Amino acid sequence: MSSVRIVHEPADKVRDIYTWSKSAKAEVKKILAKYPKDQSRSAVIPLLHLAQREFDGWLPTKLMNLVAETLDMPYIRVYEVATFYTMFNLAPVGKYHVQVCTNCACMIRGSDKILEAVEKLTGAKAGESSADEMFTVSEVECLGACVNAPMMQVNDHYYTDLDAESAKEVLTALKEGKTPKVGSQVKEAS
Amino acid sequence: MADNMITLTIDGHEVQVEPGSTIMQAAKKLEVEIPHFCYHPRLSVAGNCRMCLVEVEGAPKPVASCAFPVSEGMNVKTQSQLAEQAHKNVMEMLLINHPLDCPICDQGGECDLQDIAVGYGSDRSRYGSCSKRSVEDKDIGPLVKTVMTRCIHCTRCVRFATEVAGVEEFGATFRGQDMKIGTYVEKALDSELSGNMIDLCPVGALTNKPFAFSARPWEMKTVNLIDVMDGMGTNIYADVRDEEVMRMRPRTNEEINEEWMTDTARFAVDGLTKNRLTAPLVREGKNLRQVSWQKAFDTLTEHLKGKRRDGIFALASSTLSAEDYYSFNMFMKESVGTDNVDARTDGSPIRGDVRASYVMNSGIAAVDNADAVLLVGCDLRRESPLLNARVRKNVLAKNIKVASIGALTNTTYDVKDLGRSPMDILDLIEDEKLFKKTFPKTKNLMVIMGAEATTRTDALKIMGAVRKLCQKYEMIRPDWNGYNLLSLKAGQVAALDFSVYPVAAGVEAKDVSKSVSEGLVKTLFIYGDVEIPAQELQDAEYIVYMGTHHSAYADIADVVLPTAAYTEKEALWVNTEGRVQAARKAVNPPMQAKEDWKIFRALSECLGKKLPFDTLSQLRLLIAKVNDAYLPENWGSFVVPAWDKFGLTTKPNKAEFEFSVPEYYLSNGYLRQSKVMQDCAAKAQDTNNKKVS
Repeated sequence: MSSVRIVHEPADKVRDIYTWSKSAKAEVKKILAKYPKDQSRSAVIPLLHLAQREFDGWLPTKLMNLVAETLDMPYIRVYEVATFYTMFNLAPVGKYHVQVCTNCACMIRGSDKILEAVEKLTGAKAGESSADEMFTVSEVECLGACVNAPMMQVNDHYYTDLDAESAKEVLTALKEGKTPKVGSQVKEAS
Repeated sequence: MADNMITLTIDGHEVQVEPGSTIMQAAKKLEVEIPHFCYHPRLSVAGNCRMCLVEVEGAPKPVASCAFPVSEGMNVKTQSQLAEQAHKNVMEMLLINHPLDCPICDQGGECDLQDIAVGYGSDRSRYGSCSKRSVEDKDIGPLVKTVMTRCIHCTRCVRFATEVAGVEEFGATFRGQDMKIGTYVEKALDSELSGNMIDLCPVGALTNKPFAFSARPWEMKTVNLIDVMDGMGTNIYADVRDEEVMRMRPRTNEEINEEWMTDTARFAVDGLTKNRLTAPLVREGKNLRQVSWQKAFDTLTEHLKGKRRDGIFALASSTLSAEDYYSFNMFMKESVGTDNVDARTDGSPIRGDVRASYVMNSGIAAVDNADAVLLVGCDLRRESPLLNARVRKNVLAKNIKVASIGALTNTTYDVKDLGRSPMDILDLIEDEKLFKKTFPKTKNLMVIMGAEATTRTDALKIMGAVRKLCQKYEMIRPDWNGYNLLSLKAGQVAALDFSVYPVAAGVEAKDVSKSVSEGLVKTLFIYGDVEIPAQELQDAEYIVYMGTHHSAYADIADVVLPTAAYTEKEALWVNTEGRVQAARKAVNPPMQAKEDWKIFRALSECLGKKLPFDTLSQLRLLIAKVNDAYLPENWGSFVVPAWDKFGLTTKPNKAEFEFSVPEYYLSNGYLRQSKVMQDCAAKAQDTNNKKVS
């Protein structure tokens, strides 16, 4: 691509070169095997997920181009898909991407307080990253764990049955490099 | 009419259509108007604007007529209360975010949104207090201006870029309220057809950038013209205000350009008003001085008196009309009396003996019936972007095979590479297996020769080889003639029809530079911007330049006669098929400039050998005798020329084909005078440099 100006990506966060690692290549092959050979572009969503996981948790244009080239499809068709789905991050995210659900069920169970607590602890408002780039806070729609509302997702894990206190505990543990308990945060009655 | 036609009723009127048609198509047949934005007959159906909702009896909801197939006995109501309410509601939704900037919008007066809002919308909105969204404008190059806030997301431009132009760079990113049309990253659209998006855009989101804020549609009158930027003979409208052509638009002609036009045809108009020659000039020392026509003629007559005729040379450009070539040729050969006349300044050795040898015998529309296309020395995308789009259309729709012998280029579809040099044509003639493998089950093959082949010194041998190829594989039949020579220039066919080249022992254009340097050229007539650079000609003793613009050729001339541009004369233009098309005069030539044939006629009288015509109709009567295609009853139609022997049977050179159109945006005199085209060329150059580095 030539005469192209990318308007919305912090240049210092974009790597110079994006290429699949050996393990990622194997993964790509596995994903592609699921689709008919002449319809490999069906694999665009799984491949974008893989790319996001492999490279810093977000999708710079260069990385989307890699996906497009892997699937032999025009760049713009990949941009269209990646920008449509909110689970693809188009801007850099911190080490921990904290997604707080504020949809109906969680809201009724007090998600506003959780979001407030998260924002206070990290110092980042929803849609922003903390100054130390440890956390990025997002406000998201239903993640399908209403039965244990309110909840939040940090990277790949769900933390459910939260209150302001337990949400803070989870994030503090992460900040200190510990591994908090995944799943329900209800304390066992002693 | 097929037997299995489907009968349905629209607004109480019965209509029969083919199965698989949509309600919209049936309504079109009945001439019932259904408002729409995203639907376009030449693009795929998107069905996303929802403006074309109609009521179908029995259906629970209004249906989108552009995407809904007809069925037997269907009863459609386009003006029922339900349909009208649907129109009102959709219009209200579309206008939620549309800015009310019609007074400063260039689309105003020719805007689908304006028209349909008046015709079908409500007179008020319930969304008055909402704030409107705004979208940043995109920079997609020097031709198309974007005001993205006005966009209603019909995606016509996206579908055009993807399906017709073949540059998948446009898309709809983000979603819902945040949906944006654009390229996501900022880049110029790399297409020779990008201007058509302006016509397709139903609102003012994509408009003509050079034309911005210069005129309103209702101030201009429209004149039917023929474009001269390539050999297609694209039908165009010139929109004229006072004595100025403000812009060009495509005119639908299914057999030639469908409803598209190239960017060169659309955007070179700015050159027509700048740097023009407005009066005859005669050199006095270092300067050219303005004189009267009489004085200019006297000077020339005086100069030519007693001169040896073999020292007089004449070159003509390749963007002239039939009348221009005919009168110029007659003037030079009979009134002046020299045979050193040539319009083939690109160096081509083709002669006009057999018409079938230098036209597209299949016709442009035949691409739709072809099973396969073989390009020979043809950079189709640059030589004729419209023909390329037509081939692409059939590649997508019918999966026709395209193969190429010649330099590899980006055609926007897959092309099988059969080699680089003319020798590969001979291989294809000898190797039947290779032919059958490349073109399996091919009944209608179109062989298209391009400028890479026809401007070579061995062009006649290449033409002979292609003729042999077509005959061997039975591509010359009463119902099909697969031999095609695509002319790059608008005047190529006419010049060959009238033998505007040395017919006796005259010097050919390709040798004129040499003759100049040897001092043999005493007087040189240059008619229009020729393909030979002015530097190579400036050493001729005495130069007469007849042209429209104060170009480099005017600078080296001793006498300059101002002629009329293609918008300024009633003229017959001959396209690559040999089709003769009449164009009207849009504006008068500027100041003292005159229509070309009048100049030759007047000057011939001064020289004492008067040309045998006094009016345009007399001239056209003479022209009609040359060829049946020029008979007035044949104007506009495609006359298949008689097949005959032509070309040389000796082997062509081994040398590989080279790119023929390196500077697409500056490939003729009119384009070189346009600032807009210069910008495009600079941008293209910039892009190429970055690709290399």
